[in-house]
Amino acid sequence: MSGAASRTAAVRVRNLVVGFGAPGTDPVLNGVSFEVAPGECLALVGESGSGKSVTARSLLGLAGENSWVRTDELSLAGTDVRNLTAAQWRHRRGSDVGLVLQDALVSLDPLRPVGREIGDSLRLHTRLGAAARHARVLEVLDRVGLPDSDNAVRKRSGELSGGQRQRALIAAAIALDPPLLIADEPTTALDVTVQAQILDLLASLKRAGTGILLISHDLAVVGRIADRIAVLHDGRIVEQGPANEVLTRPGHPVTRQMLAAIPVDKPRGLRLSPRTAAPVSLAPPASDRAAAPGPVLETTVLEATGLVKRFTRPDGTPHLAVDGVSFRLKRGTTLGIVGESGSGKTTTARLALALTRPDAGEVRVLGQAFSAATEKERRRLRPHLGAVYQDALSSFDPRLSVEQVLRDAVAGGARRTGRGGASVADRARVLSLLDAVGLAQGLLGRRPLSLSGGQRQRVSIARALASDPQILICDEPVSSLDVTVQAQVLDLLDELQRDRGLSLLFISHDLGVIQHVSDQVAVMLEGRIVETGAAAQVFAAPQHPYTQALLGAVPRIGY
Amino acid sequence: MSDLEIQAGLGRSPHAGTGGSTRPARPARRFGLAEVLAGLFALFLVTAALFPALVAPGDPLGIDPLSAFQTPSPAHWFGTDESGRDIYTRVSHGTGSSLLIGTLATLIGLGLGLVLGTLAGMLGPVVDFTVNRFLEVLFAFPGLLLALLFILIFGPGVATATVAVGLATAPGYARIIRGQLLSVRSSAFVEAATVLGRSPGQILVRHILPNTLAPLFVLGTLGIGQAIVWASALSYLGLGAAPPAAEWGAMLSAGRTYIGSAWWMSFFPGLFIVLTAVAATALGRGIERRMRHS
Repeated sequence: MSGAASRTAAVRVRNLVVGFGAPGTDPVLNGVSFEVAPGECLALVGESGSGKSVTARSLLGLAGENSWVRTDELSLAGTDVRNLTAAQWRHRRGSDVGLVLQDALVSLDPLRPVGREIGDSLRLHTRLGAAARHARVLEVLDRVGLPDSDNAVRKRSGELSGGQRQRALIAAAIALDPPLLIADEPTTALDVTVQAQILDLLASLKRAGTGILLISHDLAVVGRIADRIAVLHDGRIVEQGPANEVLTRPGHPVTRQMLAAIPVDKPRGLRLSPRTAAPVSLAPPASDRAAAPGPVLETTVLEATGLVKRFTRPDGTPHLAVDGVSFRLKRGTTLGIVGESGSGKTTTARLALALTRPDAGEVRVLGQAFSAATEKERRRLRPHLGAVYQDALSSFDPRLSVEQVLRDAVAGGARRTGRGGASVADRARVLSLLDAVGLAQGLLGRRPLSLSGGQRQRVSIARALASDPQILICDEPVSSLDVTVQAQVLDLLDELQRDRGLSLLFISHDLGVIQHVSDQVAVMLEGRIVETGAAAQVFAAPQHPYTQALLGAVPRIGY
Repeated sequence: MSDLEIQAGLGRSPHAGTGGSTRPARPARRFGLAEVLAGLFALFLVTAALFPALVAPGDPLGIDPLSAFQTPSPAHWFGTDESGRDIYTRVSHGTGSSLLIGTLATLIGLGLGLVLGTLAGMLGPVVDFTVNRFLEVLFAFPGLLLALLFILIFGPGVATATVAVGLATAPGYARIIRGQLLSVRSSAFVEAATVLGRSPGQILVRHILPNTLAPLFVLGTLGIGQAIVWASALSYLGLGAAPPAAEWGAMLSAGRTYIGSAWWMSFFPGLFIVLTAVAATALGRGIERRMRHS
């Protein structure tokens, strides 16, 4: 470290204060200091809203409209950049510092070939001729490991896979060999195996001498490549130190909470989030049919046999999204389905909910025909099935408040069981649902749009519980949430399952999450279940090579 | 103000504008200057339309040959015309008919558009195909040409002009309504309602219709300005209201003869047409923005 520090730091920041609105008021960043040496990776870790992205943007002179920045020192590659004009900043960006963003799909122009995108910075910052530029583009594409770079330069971002897009984006950021690369959640949208590859790529850039500022909400992810970790909380760095130390001997409660939230290798039933002050009191479900405690009966509540679903690709070729999927969900247990994007997980969920018709096979709910029945017959069974979606927000009618959303769900249930439209009873039911998912009553009047991601997901779970379902189908319920919020939602689902005897079909791309929540596991690949069995067994001794690869790619702390 | 522009504003997903996971409560923006001015002008227009005597006590048709062609002055704010009629009085009294024509035409357009759009959006692919091809034929004619065609068949007059403008705007509305219906129907919250066990009828009433129709309010406000311009254009061509009726388009047309010597005869009616269209647009945009952020 002392050898690296004697060289010019790729970036050095001292006492960075950034705010929005009137200068000097309400800073969102409050005295942040750090430096990144060449060939070093500093990870900036924090929950959403902690100021991670504002920090990254401030280093690029892009703190944003209406913002004010004050700092004792801000230097890129040894040059003071505090008072640069817009034109001077443009010259710095790309050559002194490269930026890689989370969502490569929106960060690349959909209409231009990636080669052109990457060549742009060369065209603007160097005097290279067209041929030399092309050669350099191929060189950086090779360096980021994009296969078949000769062809890839001509492709548009839509024709590349998520991992390839992220590689192209990294290539654009390093085209000018900047001494500093800022990567803002570079792997959050990616599958685990692709995530592992991108992290390896960043590690190799680091070895080649680039300083990397890695921004993430997930300590397990950064543990893989970070030399040092800074934990950001409420605009302040609460802990900073060598990665090993922060991960194994966390000093600050925030760090400890973030570490505890990581689901990987945590046994089923272990809480991931600190217990809320008031224990969640549960109003007893209206009908107690499902909540029978004691030994669980080995009955199958949801059964799929030989499900097949074919789609037609835009070019007319058929595509088997789901190819002979069978599973049984036992009462009171959790069946986890894990697979990467495109493996047919979501289609399986939609088939289980009878939102789409299978081309072959059948879904039975509580022993009765479900997929084979008409929608009218199905409506009788639907109250037994609740659904929680990945994008909770779009599953709410945008015009409705939280109260209206829940009232709608409750009122339908009341009429069905012949309780009439007693609005007082409805209100009490809405409140008990809100209580069950740990939300304050004050949120009732709010629109889901104004809630945080975790709150939205809680509302979505409350709605799913409105009809006292026996089965909950969760399609990626936590994948758009921060690790700490994810931990709270997972704990909530676990609590609800124990209190109400729910059976969960839990779908996720995240093996760590699946390992934590599941009794039974099914691993999906290209529309088929390639391995299934008791969770403990599958994770201890994976049989299929794909399961082994997935397990190997899961970011873990402590090796 | 083209149809395309309206579509761009309204064709977004119901949750447009939700970038991050959390959006801090946006400080409720007070009315902008443009909205205040537009609101004040709209207030004046509505007053003039309902109680013209309140803003201009004179007689819009009262002839006074001795004071013909007077320039704008404290006595005659907007000047007088060739028969000595006060232009300000006539413009104020003409507000009622212009607004009525504009509103009625927009309602006709929206109504027809609603029927066609709903047919196309709800009744399956065959009806959708048929309605779409029909709309494409209508789209092939510029709107005003379609209105002219209608007047050619049914003869000129205020009523025909109104219906003609309504007809001409209908295809655009139908397209927007159809698109809105299709996107709402396939939205995640409609699917969520299905999973909750709601019947198609309940879903239609509770979710699909409200989410489809809410934007129509904005469309209508934006459309009134356009309809007034078109109705005035028809009157200017002598196909709507006829002189000496105090109607903006007709007054514009009457002033054309004297444009070299008495500019005010065409200028003020024209100014009101423009200001009305601008005010309607500003108000419509304001409502649209509020609806999206609420």
